[in-house]
Amino acid sequence: MQPVIDLSPKVSDEVRRTTCYMCACRCGINVHMKAGKVVYIEGNRDHPVNKGVLCAKGSAGIMQVNAPSRLRAPLKRVGPRGSGEFEEISWDEALQIATGWLAPIRAKNPEKLAFFTGRDQSQSFTSYWAQNFGTPNYAAHGGFCSVNMAAAGIYTMGGAFWEFGQPDWDHTKLFMLFGVAEDHDSNPIKMGIGKIKARGARVIGVNPIRTGYNAVADDWVGITPGTDGLFILSMIHVLMKAGRIDLDYLARYTNAPVLVNGDPKSPEFGLFLRDDAGKELVIDRATGKLTPFDHPGVRPDLAATHRAGGITHRPVFHQMADLYLDPQYAPEAVAERCGIAASRIRAIASELARVAFDEAFELDREWTDFRGETHKTMTGRPVSFHAMRGISAHANGFQTCRALHVLQILLGTVEVPGGFRFKPPYPKPATAHPKPHCKVTPGAPLDGPHLGFVQGPEDLALKDDGTPARIDKAFTWDNPMSAHGLMHMVISNAHAGDPYKIDTLFMYMANMSWNSSMNTRGVIDMLTDRGDDGEYVIPRIIYSDAYSSEMVAYADLVLPDTTYLERHDCISLLDRPICEADAAADAIRWPVIEPDRDVRGFQSVLCDLGARLGLPGFANEDGSATYADYADYIVNHQRRPGIGPLAGFRGDGTQAGRGDPNPDQLNRYIANGGFFVTHVPDAAAYYKPWNTAYQDWAVGIGLCDKPQPYLFQIYVEPMRRFQRAAEGHGDRQPPDHLRDRIKATMSPLPIWHETDQTGNDGFPVHALTQRPMAMYHSWGSQNAWLRQLHGHNPLYLPTRLMRENDLKDGDWARVTSPHGEITVPVLEMTALNENTVWTWNAIGKRKGAWALEPDAPEATRGFLLNHLIHELLPPKGDGLRWSNSDPITGQAAWFDLKVSIAKTTPPQESLPAFDPIKSPVGTGPKTLRWKVGP
Amino acid sequence: MHPAPSVIVFTTFSGLGFGLLVFLGLGYPAVSGWSAFAFFMIAYLCAVGGLMASTFHLGRPERALKAFTQWRSSWLSREAWCAVAALLTMSLYAAALVFWDTRIAALGWIGAALSLSTVATTSMIYAQLKTVPRWHSPATPALFLACALAGGALLAGQVTWAIWLLSVAGAVQLAAWIIGDSAFTRSGTTMATATGLGSIGSVRAFEPPHTGTNYLLREFVHVVGRRHRTKLRIIAIGLMAIVPIACLLVPFSHWLAGLAVLSHVGGVLTARWLFFAEAEHVVGLYYGKR
Amino acid sequence: MTQLPAHTDKKLGLVIDLDTCVGCHACVISCKGWNTENYGAPLSDQDPYGAAPSGTFLNRVHSYEMQPDHGAAQLAHFPKSCLHCEDAPCVTVCPTGASYKRVEDGIVLVNESDCIGCGLCAWACPYGARELDAAEGVMKKCTLCVDRIYNENLAPEDREPACVRTCPAGARHFGDLGDPDSAVSQLVDRRGGMDLMPEQGTRPVNKYLPPRPKDRLHETDVLAPFLAPVAEDPKGFFAWLDKTLEKR
Ligand SMILES: Nc1nc2c(c(=O)[nH]1)N[C@H]1C(S)=C(S)[C@@H](COP(=O)(O)OP(=O)(O)OC[C@H]3O[C@@H](n4cnc5c(=O)[nH]c(N)nc54)[C@H](O)[C@@H]3O)O[C@H]1N2
Ligand SMILES: Nc1nc2c(c(=O)[nH]1)N[C@H]1C(S)=C(S)[C@@H](COP(=O)(O)OP(=O)(O)OC[C@H]3O[C@@H](n4cnc5c(=O)[nH]c(N)nc54)[C@H](O)[C@@H]3O)O[C@H]1N2
Ligand code: SF4
Ligand code: SF4
Ligand code: SF4
Ligand code: SF4
Ligand code: SF4
Ligand SMILES: [Mo]
Repeated sequence: MQPVIDLSPKVSDEVRRTTCYMCACRCGINVHMKAGKVVYIEGNRDHPVNKGVLCAKGSAGIMQVNAPSRLRAPLKRVGPRGSGEFEEISWDEALQIATGWLAPIRAKNPEKLAFFTGRDQSQSFTSYWAQNFGTPNYAAHGGFCSVNMAAAGIYTMGGAFWEFGQPDWDHTKLFMLFGVAEDHDSNPIKMGIGKIKARGARVIGVNPIRTGYNAVADDWVGITPGTDGLFILSMIHVLMKAGRIDLDYLARYTNAPVLVNGDPKSPEFGLFLRDDAGKELVIDRATGKLTPFDHPGVRPDLAATHRAGGITHRPVFHQMADLYLDPQYAPEAVAERCGIAASRIRAIASELARVAFDEAFELDREWTDFRGETHKTMTGRPVSFHAMRGISAHANGFQTCRALHVLQILLGTVEVPGGFRFKPPYPKPATAHPKPHCKVTPGAPLDGPHLGFVQGPEDLALKDDGTPARIDKAFTWDNPMSAHGLMHMVISNAHAGDPYKIDTLFMYMANMSWNSSMNTRGVIDMLTDRGDDGEYVIPRIIYSDAYSSEMVAYADLVLPDTTYLERHDCISLLDRPICEADAAADAIRWPVIEPDRDVRGFQSVLCDLGARLGLPGFANEDGSATYADYADYIVNHQRRPGIGPLAGFRGDGTQAGRGDPNPDQLNRYIANGGFFVTHVPDAAAYYKPWNTAYQDWAVGIGLCDKPQPYLFQIYVEPMRRFQRAAEGHGDRQPPDHLRDRIKATMSPLPIWHETDQTGNDGFPVHALTQRPMAMYHSWGSQNAWLRQLHGHNPLYLPTRLMRENDLKDGDWARVTSPHGEITVPVLEMTALNENTVWTWNAIGKRKGAWALEPDAPEATRGFLLNHLIHELLPPKGDGLRWSNSDPITGQAAWFDLKVSIAKTTPPQESLPAFDPIKSPVGTGPKTLRWKVGP
Repeated sequence: MHPAPSVIVFTTFSGLGFGLLVFLGLGYPAVSGWSAFAFFMIAYLCAVGGLMASTFHLGRPERALKAFTQWRSSWLSREAWCAVAALLTMSLYAAALVFWDTRIAALGWIGAALSLSTVATTSMIYAQLKTVPRWHSPATPALFLACALAGGALLAGQVTWAIWLLSVAGAVQLAAWIIGDSAFTRSGTTMATATGLGSIGSVRAFEPPHTGTNYLLREFVHVVGRRHRTKLRIIAIGLMAIVPIACLLVPFSHWLAGLAVLSHVGGVLTARWLFFAEAEHVVGLYYGKR
Repeated sequence: MTQLPAHTDKKLGLVIDLDTCVGCHACVISCKGWNTENYGAPLSDQDPYGAAPSGTFLNRVHSYEMQPDHGAAQLAHFPKSCLHCEDAPCVTVCPTGASYKRVEDGIVLVNESDCIGCGLCAWACPYGARELDAAEGVMKKCTLCVDRIYNENLAPEDREPACVRTCPAGARHFGDLGDPDSAVSQLVDRRGGMDLMPEQGTRPVNKYLPPRPKDRLHETDVLAPFLAPVAEDPKGFFAWLDKTLEKR
């Protein structure tokens, strides 16, 4: 007899719906509860981001909230920095200590506080705090992450790939992916790829490594790292030469027809011809007259030039033809450097054009553009692209990302059906973003937001004496367009006192003494280095983490955060919301369980600290706290009247976007599944930058205060302004040692430039990392389930390098870079660029961290590539500190790493080996049987 | 396969025990009283001890009795029945011999048949497994039966029989190795059939599904070095057959007989270690290993 | 019950698309999560924070590289759980009857209260689909989420296996492979679904959809007609541009 089994067991007592936290994708989750405990986590089917699916990390959330590595109480350092010796203290004492350190700084030199946040999902809040504190030294981790992508996208077309937009998954027929292993948009990309694969559409993956998305790609282009720009420009060359470009789109929606001063002797050389109101001018094809680009009915001419005052003004498009038709971009000229056959470059370009133009289709939707012209249909060009750090984390990444956007634009595939689409609040041109602010007044807030988009030398964050105003030297001549700051330079600069010394380093959610730093050993030394007086060179470090990470050991004061299921959070339209191309959406987290430890949500702690410090925005006139906690802030804070952190259920609960604070707002979110979504009307769904229906809708929900149609900036004039300064024009002048570099790299039309190869002689092999889909940076390793999947990380070598070095699977190799050396286990991989080695990112762990046993494989076989990557380029003999970053944005050039490989006898453990740190939380149990129900 | 001590001890000693019971059941040597007691004691110690050892392999030994239920389909169940039947039958037969000096021949023959069946069913547990091509062969029952009978003859002091049966066991063992060495290849199961990806190109395992170990790897993937395997085979065959035969061929002495037995047991243990350790489960293919 | 039923009413199983699986391990962990809390004993982990973590999982994702005779090597991610074989050798070897194949839907299950943990079923399974739980001492395997697919406490759309529900790429499909008209059977037909180790004679119910042919773009005829140059130099290009614009 077959046993009788219960086919309908009770699944849970209750389902609490909130938002996942294990990456920046922010999926909706159903947290199943039994007896007040989490029993199972699954995706929320109604959620706009993940529509029910959930990745491995999300599903393993239960092991994250139960991890033995959770911090338990505020910690005060009692041993030397880095020892991990702490004493648990009360919150009162912790906040008193923090106030005691910070209040005098604010009163005298607010810039002596550097407040940097890592995996922060509340940047509009943390930056607001920092701004009110008055320090110019605030940024999140974007500078070492993917600022090239973000900045190139925003400067070029008012939004980037990343989280700013997505392919039109439902219509696209050809999807081309550059340098992506996982991305922020983790689940949506997988869902999208699944969707187009189910339709049998083609995916092309450009990546030196063929795993993950690139493994399922129909065509794999195993490019030589750092050469994507060349490959893209070569396709642009071929397409332009063949006339396979969307001229109508270029004329209407881009600055290709905008006239540029062509007189090398003019101070305006290379700048746009504008009218008195500052509007860019074009020649109207209908009238042949010079007209502002946005006049009703104007049909800008791509070809016509204009002569005035003895100066010929040529449209941007002429310059593009001059530049890109040059034989230097012919497939044959680039093939060898890119490692892609010329015929293949042609074949791919041809396929892009074939699908864009020959498979074009019309959507039956009427819309009206910003010039007042009504279009009966929307034309679909079903080619879409996506790219991420593979092209952005190189020192030529900004221009490469720009090149890719220009390719998209030439094909007319941005904001059209089947192409790439922005997610609200994007599109939003660079000019609609703030500019950086750095004016410090003791005892008062900063003069404006820290980060932004410079339009020229006048916007740089320089002090009156021309020295950098910010500790990370963002917005300086070293990297003028560093829109996200340079978190990877903070510790290094603070230690060097270059540009100045600081007093307190305050960090949140950034494992800076380990995987998120370049030159990990060096950073550890900087954090523990003492001056002649015996004091630490970086005098004080406050750090907030939820877990016993490597960074905790280097803090003097640790503010323990809750886990993501124990606190309020706000994923706001004011910073990085969860929108879809078809909808504006935001979300919250709320305490679905109560902490069983003496920990507090960091944002609530900042509210408290802000009040104690008397910061405007956080303390009332009478000194009392403005916000009881973060939940209170989320509901009641207003940026502009009627606009708050959350867009949903405002006013009486029916208002979206704009409306008074609603005391019941959080409950409404909770009842709605933790999110709010409002849809873009059909007629506004495409052509958003130019579509009046979209612009009006955006104003209506408060994304902007007036319509802001704009042209795509194929030619980025601000870059030309920096070049102009380097050529000697204007009063803000770069230092001489940077002039040539600025001239060479800051071309207003995308170019490809070789990255700085100083010191790379003898290091012929590219070395990369990839994110494992099932791990989030350093914190997957504390998860009992996930660490079984990736408990250590071999270095993968292509077959050629295995043979040449006489290596077999399981052998060990010494890997050397101009900066350092590691000794690690190797494995062979065939589907890999033959001159590239790689490993999974952030699997290697420090002994004693994360409540793991000291002999955990993460610490004995795992390793970081970071030991080989320096935040500075090798010295050039000029006494200067050249940062290992993109010269335009300051993006950390993680993937420029070059190494050499040699077989070696296996050491006891992977090298370099570090002393263990003392765990403030002990280690985990010996067995796990996690079942709540009977 | 993982050479678990429990299964090695089990198959070796239960084989010996039941082998001895076969001979005792057939009336060789014709013993009674105390000497019968001694012989049966040895047989039962081996057989029951072996069976007990096998329960160490169980995750839930306290439920072992449930193993009797599936005799219609499961060789392990059949083995359990045969073993119990053999032991019970032989215990009556033994009791009659020990206490009443009476040999109930029919009972002995039945007991011998059941004992032999027990060894056969044990061997079928392994031989039935298509997943282990080396075992999935008539050579496996032949080997188990030959070893049991040879060991039984040796323990029963049946010199002539023992010499012949040891030679046969040695020969079968050699044959089993030779046949077994190519069994995996002949089985036709490859990485290509395991993954279905063979039509694209030659398949190799890239990342395993986990960096740590798991039950499957512990249980099924065990790689014996080529050099070790040859050495161990020589030792096994030497101890199992050649040394005992040599001992038996020279004029009889208790010392030498004892040595023959010890050597044989050592040889069979070694051979059984190899039987498991060399056996390649097809699941290893998924891990890029055999 | 270790005799296999002569016939099952349905053949419920999974169809796994190797052309689409990106190897994200989502199915692995959601399976672990569901089955730790649900059917039978929790899936335990030994040394979970130590040197040799090892736990019970019912679904694991391998990856393989394929080197064709010509062209670049390819890589496939390869999830694997119980295939709910029609001729399931794991069932017939079981001495206790703990292993059985359900008559109504063909799901192969272990009745944990009967299991003695002898491991024989795992030995008999060619696919490595069974793991003995080290803490509980009983055999664990994919249940095809038998406690989800009929569960009346779940919304109808959630009555599918946890791994299928969670798969972000949509590479996993669940249905009745005994019904030739079912969506999964159609998919298998269309995409040439295959059996793993057919020579083992297990007749798996689960099917795998092979990766589609790859790296074919360069085989298209390159220059004609898509990329014939309109001009070789900028001057010619501008002439073309003027001409083209005039036509509009
Ligand atoms: N070699 C190499 N290195 C790299 C990269 C690379 O590609 N290659 N990538 C770089 C990039 S792009 C990035 S973004 C960085 C990422 O590096 P980090 O920003 O350092 O990211 P994590 O390792 O996730 O560290 C974040 C810290 O946040 C803590 N944390 C987790 N949850 C919470 C919480 O709820 N509250 C608080 N307060 N803390 C929490 C974690 O315990 C951890 O210590 O790594 C960089 N490093
Ligand atoms: N699961 C998971 N998801 C994450 C994270 C995580 O840690 N885990 N981290 C999040 C963070 S902070 C970030 S920044 C994003 C990053 O998401 P991704 O951009 O996907 O980041 P990486 O894993 O660094 O992948 C970089 C890819 O670029 C490739 N690459 C390197 N150099 C080149 C090149 O020159 N050309 C081309 N074409 N390719 C190249 C590498 O092979 C790799 O596949 O992921 C986010 N999502
Ligand atoms: S992609 Fe995964 S980790 Fe990231 S939010 Fe979604 S479920 Fe969580
Ligand atoms: S896959 Fe293995 S466990 Fe599942 S039915 Fe088939 S043989 Fe049995
Ligand atoms: S381990 Fe359990 S289910 Fe498997 S064969 Fe033994 S008793 Fe049957
Ligand atoms: S069907 Fe259920 S038990 Fe089977 S692999 Fe999927 S989630 Fe695991
Ligand atoms: S969840 Fe889907 S895509 Fe991810 S590994 Fe499993 S089958 Fe593959
Ligand atoms: Mo990042």
